[in-house]
Amino acid sequence: MSRHFRTAAAPIFTATRMLLVFTLLTGGVYPLIILSAGQLLFPYNAGGSLLRDGTQVVGSEYIGQNFESSHYFWGRLSSTPDFPYNSGSSSGSNFGPGNPKLLIAAENRITQLRKFPVPLVDIPVDLVTSSASGLDPHISPAAAEYQIPRVAAARAMKEETVKQLVTEHTELRTLGLFGEPRVHVLRLNRALDQSAKRQIESKD
Amino acid sequence: MTFNSVAQIVVHIVVLAVIIRPLGAYMARVYSGQYPGMTRHLKSIERFIYHLGGVNPELEMTSTQYSWAVSRLSLVSLIAVYGIQRTQSWLPWNPQGLTNVESSLAFNTAVSFVTNTNWQSYSGEVTLSGFTQMFALTVQNFVSAAVGMAVLIAFIRGIHRTSTQFIGNFWVDLTRGTLYILLPASAITAFVLVGLGVVQSFPATIELHTLENTPHDGVPVGDPPEIDTPKSNAPSSPTAILPLGPVASQVAIKQLGTNGGGYFNTNSAHPLENPTPLSNFVQMISILLIPAALCHTFGEMVQDRRQGTALLTAMTVIFLPLVFGVAAAEQYGNPALSRLSVDQRASDSQSGGNMEGKETRFGITNSALWAVSTTAASNGSVNAMHDSFTPLGGLIPMWLIQLGEIVFGGVGSGLYGMIVYALIAVFVAGLMVGRTPEYLGKKIGSFEMRMAALVIILPCAAVLIGTAAAVMTEAGRSSVFNPGPHGFSEVLYAYSSAGNNNGSAFAGLCANTDFYNVTLGVAMLIGRFFVILPVLAVAGSLAQKTKIPSGAGTMPTHTTLFVSLLVAIVLLVGALSFFPVLALGPVVEHLELYVH
Repeated sequence: MSRHFRTAAAPIFTATRMLLVFTLLTGGVYPLIILSAGQLLFPYNAGGSLLRDGTQVVGSEYIGQNFESSHYFWGRLSSTPDFPYNSGSSSGSNFGPGNPKLLIAAENRITQLRKFPVPLVDIPVDLVTSSASGLDPHISPAAAEYQIPRVAAARAMKEETVKQLVTEHTELRTLGLFGEPRVHVLRLNRALDQSAKRQIESKD
Repeated sequence: MTFNSVAQIVVHIVVLAVIIRPLGAYMARVYSGQYPGMTRHLKSIERFIYHLGGVNPELEMTSTQYSWAVSRLSLVSLIAVYGIQRTQSWLPWNPQGLTNVESSLAFNTAVSFVTNTNWQSYSGEVTLSGFTQMFALTVQNFVSAAVGMAVLIAFIRGIHRTSTQFIGNFWVDLTRGTLYILLPASAITAFVLVGLGVVQSFPATIELHTLENTPHDGVPVGDPPEIDTPKSNAPSSPTAILPLGPVASQVAIKQLGTNGGGYFNTNSAHPLENPTPLSNFVQMISILLIPAALCHTFGEMVQDRRQGTALLTAMTVIFLPLVFGVAAAEQYGNPALSRLSVDQRASDSQSGGNMEGKETRFGITNSALWAVSTTAASNGSVNAMHDSFTPLGGLIPMWLIQLGEIVFGGVGSGLYGMIVYALIAVFVAGLMVGRTPEYLGKKIGSFEMRMAALVIILPCAAVLIGTAAAVMTEAGRSSVFNPGPHGFSEVLYAYSSAGNNNGSAFAGLCANTDFYNVTLGVAMLIGRFFVILPVLAVAGSLAQKTKIPSGAGTMPTHTTLFVSLLVAIVLLVGALSFFPVLALGPVVEHLELYVH
């Protein structure tokens, strides 16, 4: 009886044993090798590219943050659940191009933008649309430019000074070819705060 | 389209074309048991795996035995992936304290990963623990890909060998594909990706003290005139949590194995899964790399390289115009937004176009190129939300899936699908001139044609019947997210994706319901195994035949004429099967949106 059962079940045992072997190899050994090599050679990247202020983690280089105050540059719209730029739960809006909610979201953003001084040009599209992840850390240079008058007014800074900072924080296409030109919103806003801090210190 | 846009696409194709030939030749040698270069050192590991698995590598299998071995491994895998999800709360590496996955979702996910579909009904970072991702999903990313490649290799042996019953040993093909191809390629890719910024850590969550929501210790925020202060000093939103984990290792194999299942919910749109234009480039190359290179492997193994090149050409001829099609449609933008005086033109300072559901760093070009690559290959990973594409920009990826995932297609599965179409092409040509069709010296008989018909009809049926069932029932309709014809497209896309093992989605559809989890699960099983089993049957039947010398009446299968015929038949079958249903979704939506 037991011998008969073993003959019949042998192929299933083979499949099970092979799956176990591959589980150890591809599910255990492989990620651990990449993990140790990555942590050893690229500790910053492998650890999530975290930005620290002393010991406190203030963000990740690649994760966008929500900005609503007029003295900060605003990022893309974010459709993450619970609150915008919820890094615990990435999500796009998934609005189809004809969905009325897409237009409502865009109109709301336009209203917000127009509460403050804005240039007399059409609004760059990435300012009124949600990103795919809801965590996009960038906006286009056009979208940054569009917000310069507001930020400058809110901070009582010269537009040229703000523009200077925007230019400094504009990344061009990699190797002049790949991707799109973009401005890192969090870095730009941190730079704005720092330049304000410097100004106060120099006044003292 | 801008100059840069065209340049990015051209560079992509050129780089791909350069690497696939040597890779294809390498893979052909691996599957014939000759190990070139460094990989020789892996031989002892290979032997050890056979020892642990209790496999005799010298034993060849008939097509029936091969099919049984594939089925058994898949069954055991299904049980394992299902079991791990159902018990993850008691297993280690679960820093978020996630609960066990509910049964219909666990079934759907298990089927999805075992069939190389990687349809994700769940949201990665809030449903599955690090343990589940590594020991259930990453494992299947390798195994299901290696199974696809093994079946292809067995099929090629069936075509090439004569007067034999045997088409190779499944366990050997599975092991070689994993050990010599998928593992080294993934390790290199994963390592490069970490260098380019992708996370690779133990599962953990980090608390982020974000700039605007954190009171700064006395530092005034630029001392602004009080036009619009933040609501209060207290955080206006809960503390943001950032989940980290072994992402790079999973991303590498999700791309190379045409799996597509990401670590995070938004897949390769998530900035930690795909942070820079260069990481994006590497990932896009890895989508098409192995499926395209396998065409050369085919040419090498049948000892006629032109045969592989012909199939590769046919795939490229279909692929390229569609890339430009999607890029143009997305760059054109959304007319509804133009009416709000929104600037959607491409310029030096913005990519413009339909940016809803797209990331700034990728813009239109990389989102379009990715969308076409991921649906041509049955990959299914995304770097933009297909649900928010323009109607025509969304129609093309959907149609590419519906063509049966044969334009590059899944690793292995794409090429065996394309060879089945080649059999149909020689059959049609044979009908025209009244001769028995033959392919690479093998007569194609009625058995082969019956199996080929099954391979084409069953996934089509799963897509169309599934869609019909969903739109006719309340359970199906209640999950639709977008109103109007776009909502219909969401359902159609879901069944197309499942029935052809792609895995991407119009993600607005709330697919995590019992109805969708079960029906899409069944569609995925049909799309995988009702293709593999007929293909292996054809392999067995062809292996037994003798080669007939080609004569004056033989249609050569490496010529431009044959490539044109093949492309025409693929497009014709795809068009006849799906244009009526596409007309109800994207076509109506396009007319509504643009014709006013």
